[in-house]
Amino acid sequence: MSLITTAETAATRKKRSKKKCRTVKRRVNGRVVRKRICTKKRKVVVRKKGPSPASPPVTTPLTPQPAPPTNPPAAGDPLVYSGAFGVREAERLLWRAGFGPKAGQAAALAGLGLEGAISSLTRPAGAANLIGPEPSDDGDPLEPEDRYAHDHMWWLDRMARSDQQLIERIALIFHDWFGLRRDDVGQMDLVMAHMDLYRKHGLGSFRDLLMEVTKDPAMLLFLNGANSDKNRPNENYGREVQELYSLGADRGAYTETDIREAARALTGWRADYVDQVGWTNFRYDPGQHDNRNKTIFGHTGNYDWRDIVDLCIRNPYHRSFFVLKMWSYFVPVPPDAATQASLEKLYVDSDWSIRAVVEAILRHPALHSGPPMVKSPVLFSAGVLRALDKPVDSTSLMYWSENAGQRLFNPPNVAGWNDRAWLDTSTLFNRWRLVYDALDGLHEESNGSYDLTETPQEALTKALAFWGGPAVRPETNAILMTVAATAVNPLSTSNTARNQRAQRQNALRHLIASSPDLQTC
Amino acid sequence: MSCCHDFSRSQLLRSSVAQAGDGLPAIEFGMPTPAGTGMTRRAMLLGSAGMFLTVYGADKMGIDAFETGVAEAFAGPQGAVVVSIFLAGGIDGMSVLAPVYDTNYQSLRTSTRLDEAGTLAMNGSSDLRWHPQAQGLKDLHDAGKVTVFPAISYDQPNQSHFTSRHFYEVGALDPVASTGWMGRWLDLPGVGQENNPIQGLSLGGQLSPALATARVAVAAATSPSGYDFPSPGVYDNYVEAAMNGGFDQLGNPATDDPILRQARQAQRNAAQLRSQLATPLGSSPITYPANNGLANDLRSLVLLLKAGLPIRACAIEGNGGFDTHSAQNGSFGPNLQSNCLALKAYQEHLEAEGIADRVITFVWSEFGRRPEENDSNGTDHGAAGVGFLIGSKATGNTIGEFPTLDATGIDQNGNVRLTSDFRGVYCSVIEDWLNADAAMVIPGADQLPRYAVVQTT
Repeated sequence: MSLITTAETAATRKKRSKKKCRTVKRRVNGRVVRKRICTKKRKVVVRKKGPSPASPPVTTPLTPQPAPPTNPPAAGDPLVYSGAFGVREAERLLWRAGFGPKAGQAAALAGLGLEGAISSLTRPAGAANLIGPEPSDDGDPLEPEDRYAHDHMWWLDRMARSDQQLIERIALIFHDWFGLRRDDVGQMDLVMAHMDLYRKHGLGSFRDLLMEVTKDPAMLLFLNGANSDKNRPNENYGREVQELYSLGADRGAYTETDIREAARALTGWRADYVDQVGWTNFRYDPGQHDNRNKTIFGHTGNYDWRDIVDLCIRNPYHRSFFVLKMWSYFVPVPPDAATQASLEKLYVDSDWSIRAVVEAILRHPALHSGPPMVKSPVLFSAGVLRALDKPVDSTSLMYWSENAGQRLFNPPNVAGWNDRAWLDTSTLFNRWRLVYDALDGLHEESNGSYDLTETPQEALTKALAFWGGPAVRPETNAILMTVAATAVNPLSTSNTARNQRAQRQNALRHLIASSPDLQTC
Repeated sequence: MSCCHDFSRSQLLRSSVAQAGDGLPAIEFGMPTPAGTGMTRRAMLLGSAGMFLTVYGADKMGIDAFETGVAEAFAGPQGAVVVSIFLAGGIDGMSVLAPVYDTNYQSLRTSTRLDEAGTLAMNGSSDLRWHPQAQGLKDLHDAGKVTVFPAISYDQPNQSHFTSRHFYEVGALDPVASTGWMGRWLDLPGVGQENNPIQGLSLGGQLSPALATARVAVAAATSPSGYDFPSPGVYDNYVEAAMNGGFDQLGNPATDDPILRQARQAQRNAAQLRSQLATPLGSSPITYPANNGLANDLRSLVLLLKAGLPIRACAIEGNGGFDTHSAQNGSFGPNLQSNCLALKAYQEHLEAEGIADRVITFVWSEFGRRPEENDSNGTDHGAAGVGFLIGSKATGNTIGEFPTLDATGIDQNGNVRLTSDFRGVYCSVIEDWLNADAAMVIPGADQLPRYAVVQTT
């Protein structure tokens, strides 16, 4: 989060930025035109720290708490859901650990049983396959590094089509967790490589992941590691790695001195700017590293960037931060104390295994029998595409999602998205419009050929089946039945009666997908 | 044809920048970045106005804080309003107010020349005559409500659409300025409020760079009629009624679940809002010209002001493009007429609502056009052009003369020399109309002229 205004940020960037340009061909209204694409040469944003940003509330208790013991208290194993694991449970699991079911997928997953279902998600074999129709923009292939909105569309396509759903979901989780913004990095190749870190390490050890992120070129540009001077170190990463990435603000986990000392320890990274290439040759230069002793969390030594990761991971506040934050991505209410303790123990005992914690959360009764969660705009859009087996084919998918509150690669700030702002009158409008675009072209035509005998119940059954039979609560079902029963004028005859039935089907499909029930999962 | 490749490309780039928001690297090398590029954008629905707003800036605030901010400003005193209307492309000033008696004009212009016959007398001037299709503006001028700048520009005028427009927007000859002149005025302590985005309002969907701020929120509005929920393949009235009934009902069922309750609450609010937004602002007692984008925007603005919404600065783009490199006579007259008729209806509407004394409107273009015609029956990018300040509190003066089109009035590049500086107009408006310190808004204000553009009594 930035304390200085964005306009000042832009001014700062402006002064420092140079651009690299190249000419690309693109189609405009069916014509191929050449366009110079210029990338900012240097996107070093001066960031200052604001008040505690909008991270999930469960991760940042407001009052400082006594330091936890160095080792987690003895705890039992986390609870495991023991109820029935049928189609509805499998459907929820596919929404929580992926991007919703494709047609028939929930039933297939239910057939594996809870354990089989979970390991099919958390332990995929080999490389991911993208299954289904290829993405495009008005007939052209996507160019995620070069064209407006294509980055968002490119990832949305992976979410919709990858057969390793949790891999994409965990990448989205860590995109939110680390909050990297392409606008602040300025080099899309580095941003794409950054997101690949999450696909590769996102279910491994969090210590390994944090090591990778700390030395990642995109992050070194994003939070100024690559231009942090040993004489006047930049505190940006040193602060966020503690506040947002591993420990949490306002709980006594670290002091301002710890941040300044960490910033000194993190010095040493360098990169070169090359015309027509951008920032490159990211490297650790011991000569640029502050080689004096630092005192962090009460420990003293000549620490470097690796030590900062280890000091954070071993800080007694880290395990609770990690467990709560990860839990909050899967379950909308905080875990009880016993669950919290058992997950912390599991996390530490497994050498900070993300997979171990995620699997335990996916097994937990709170996920399967607790309240629903709000679908984020990206989750909602990917789910619509999956249910319809529809390709990413238009920039409007990005447009509606952005206006509904979530633009991939550009969270509002380093704290990620504000998931409390995803359902209001404005965002619902944009979700409705997104469904409109998805349905356009799939709708029943009013050409006098629709089944004249279709009853309201048959109409609703058909409309639900169109979406793969999603869970709809009885009270919602009753409202939809009223719509079905009143959409056809009983006095209509012949073509009008047929066409009203066709349009009733279209209306029901749109209402189902946009209903409050289906904004949650 | 009235459009040149260079200009349409600039428009495209600006449009893509505005769509992309923060820093999409799609800006042509060497062109200034439009002010406001990089400001955060958030969508908001302002129920009291029935408008979708895109809120720019004030990143740390929540959307609900903006609703509160508008409500608080709504309850406060109503201040003076400044409106900026941009005529894109570089309007040919000497075709709006033609120096028909200047023999140099007669020889430099062959196909685009206007003669005494057909043109309209300009009140108080023996040199200039109005274009025959500028009647609406002439009427306002005759009534003393238009201050005229016959040759407005700045030192060492730039002939790029993009750069020169940028200078006007930021109120400085600074290619890297990132805030607009009206934005900086709103940023002054005691002027704008951080949480009232509609104090600086762009009509037309994207924020005008002239409104880009560093501190306070500003907004761009899309059509008040946009909040509807259509469905593909549904148009039968009977089916639509059933669907709308379902839409209205889906949020109603009670539930113990907090998340589902939130989703249903949002649905309920959306249904309620949709029903409220049918005609949120009422209608105008003045008939505006039909099929006229500027007229639609100006009518919305007057209705919003009449409703008491706390707007202080507004930016609108005029109709048509004035980049008349060829066949100027084909498009110029109709485009000029549609703007002039909109402006006249707008002023009459302000007066009919009793709020004309609160509003002053600056009409400008990025430059004028070269006196010497080209071989395509058109004119190329020039320097000094025409500008107008419209309002019942305008002085109605003519600021600076239109220069004689000889060596005294034409510079070494063949362009018209300025007799008024747009930055001086901004300074005068800020001091005499907005009662603020121009030195806090316009760089180098102490070195710039001041003009009697508005009545100061």
